[in-house]
Amino acid sequence: MSIEVRHICKRFGAFTALDDVSLAFPDGELVALLGPSGCGKTTLLRVIAGLEQPDSGQVLFDGEDASDTHVRERHVGFVFQHYALFRHMSVFDNVAFGLRMKPRRERPSEAEIRRRVMALLELVQLDWIADRFPSQLSGGQRQRIALARALAVEPKVLLLDEPFGALDAKVRKELRRWLRRLHDELHVTSIFVTHDQEEALEVADRVVLMHRGRVEQVGTPEAVYHHPATPFVYDFLGSVNRFEGRLEATGLRVGESLLPHEAPLPAGEEVVAFARPFELDIVPAESGQGVPARVARILAFGASARVELDGEGEPAQRFEVELPRERCAALALSPGQPVRLVPARLRVFAVRAEP
Amino acid sequence: MAAQTGVLPGFRLTLGYTLLYLSLIVLLPVAAVFGKTLELGWGEFVGVVSNPRVLAAYRLSFGAALAAAAIDAVFGLLLAWVLVRYSFPGKRLVDALIDLPFALPTAVAGIALTALYAPNGWLGGWLAALGLKVAFTPLGILVALVFIGIPFVVRTVQPVLEEFEPEFEEAAASLGASRWQVFRHVILPHVLPAAVTGFALAFARAVGEYGSVIFIAGNIPFVSEIAPLLIIGRLEQYDEAGATAIATVMLAASFALLLVINALQAWAARRGGKEQ
Repeated sequence: MSIEVRHICKRFGAFTALDDVSLAFPDGELVALLGPSGCGKTTLLRVIAGLEQPDSGQVLFDGEDASDTHVRERHVGFVFQHYALFRHMSVFDNVAFGLRMKPRRERPSEAEIRRRVMALLELVQLDWIADRFPSQLSGGQRQRIALARALAVEPKVLLLDEPFGALDAKVRKELRRWLRRLHDELHVTSIFVTHDQEEALEVADRVVLMHRGRVEQVGTPEAVYHHPATPFVYDFLGSVNRFEGRLEATGLRVGESLLPHEAPLPAGEEVVAFARPFELDIVPAESGQGVPARVARILAFGASARVELDGEGEPAQRFEVELPRERCAALALSPGQPVRLVPARLRVFAVRAEP
Repeated sequence: MAAQTGVLPGFRLTLGYTLLYLSLIVLLPVAAVFGKTLELGWGEFVGVVSNPRVLAAYRLSFGAALAAAAIDAVFGLLLAWVLVRYSFPGKRLVDALIDLPFALPTAVAGIALTALYAPNGWLGGWLAALGLKVAFTPLGILVALVFIGIPFVVRTVQPVLEEFEPEFEEAAASLGASRWQVFRHVILPHVLPAAVTGFALAFARAVGEYGSVIFIAGNIPFVSEIAPLLIIGRLEQYDEAGATAIATVMLAASFALLLVINALQAWAARRGGKEQ
């Protein structure tokens, strides 16, 4: 089922959680709502579920206005960050809950319920703990049971609120891949909320970036990562090096240095420019190119080496560069050594009201 | 020994203190009641406690206390629910009002209720027109006991509801459960142990209640005469042994009922998944 939200606004007192948000979620896609905490992503998810009433705007399911239907009638599966499993019920009873609550004429027989619950527990690979209680399970198991419970009523949409937020890093990674596989099997339209950019980029078909109650960018993981539409998106998706300066006819003036760029902006414009760690190169201080910096720390494990550097401007700036290990060794860097940084590619944004 | 290997220090000291304290404050007076009763022979004892008037008073005291505690359990749950889930102007005032039956001297409560429900009182006159007599009947006793018992249920259930995240209700609603189903299958199992505790406290208080009841009860033998009143009556006639005999039976019965309620509560807690 496709979902569309139109001009959604929601305020909590003086705080604007959602500011005129319009989005379309096509049928069968797995979409991530990504943003820092307080950006409105969870509120948007709850508005779609019917757990929160927007101050204005519409929610459409398959093109039909669902704004006034109760969460009970929306047929959405909702998965909570802290699982919200019923503590007094066994795993089996938790998953069976939705089926047992159906009005008598729609309710399947107890044998049919048993069959469907066991099939779901197999799907989440936890059929062997059907008789346990939630308190006896690990966090990852609880979240999989919560997912099975939501799927039991055959929802038309699956909404997941920071589904892996309360889990440790290793379990998180496993569950992430597992969720992706599950979605490829079931193809139910799914939206999940996360503040973890890696999670969003790895799992989702499309990523919606939100900031201060507004949508900053929508696109495939590749598109938002490689072509960020705004400085916020650039900053939020992975580590980044930031240069502030003014455009001149021959390049970007940052302090004493002049950097080459390809921005189609007029000279004289105040700008911020970004380069990812792997888009910066370190050259010897004598070369005179790029911006000056001083080596602070070298982390040379794994396939590439990471070098942290202190800039010379005021206030002191921190740079991060990722180099192939051989290149790092050839430079023979040591902490405290002055070098210069040359960006291979710069994304330049005119300075607007945003910080 | 667990006492020596445990992490918590002072097991012997604290246990000893607990036992001594309980003995002095609770056990000693209770033993005195039994001791005094022993002044009667077995025949005399049975004679006192099987007197039809005394039996009627027992029935009334325990029956009204159970009924009042049950009413308090239902409406206390409702009150606690409203106080936890909603915010409205004057909520703090309402919250403070709940404790009033705790704080009010019971005689004041009794006089106030009698003034209200007597046939010439505000509510009493109105109810009398409908053919309903409250003051000076067992119904009046019930009203007084409901009044003094309500804070027990509210104050035991309230903290349990407060730690009950709305998430559980939202999850149930998103799975298609109606409001009643959410209450029956999700909220009630969670608050039941606390509600049973509140019920037990309200019951225990109601069984022994004297001050607020005697004014409104009218104290008609076989109709609206409670057991504590009979005890006072005996004392006024310097029949201390007779008074303690009646008290002994009340004590034993209350203790047995509280044990049953405790077992019930443990069962509810187990069903609530707390011990899983």
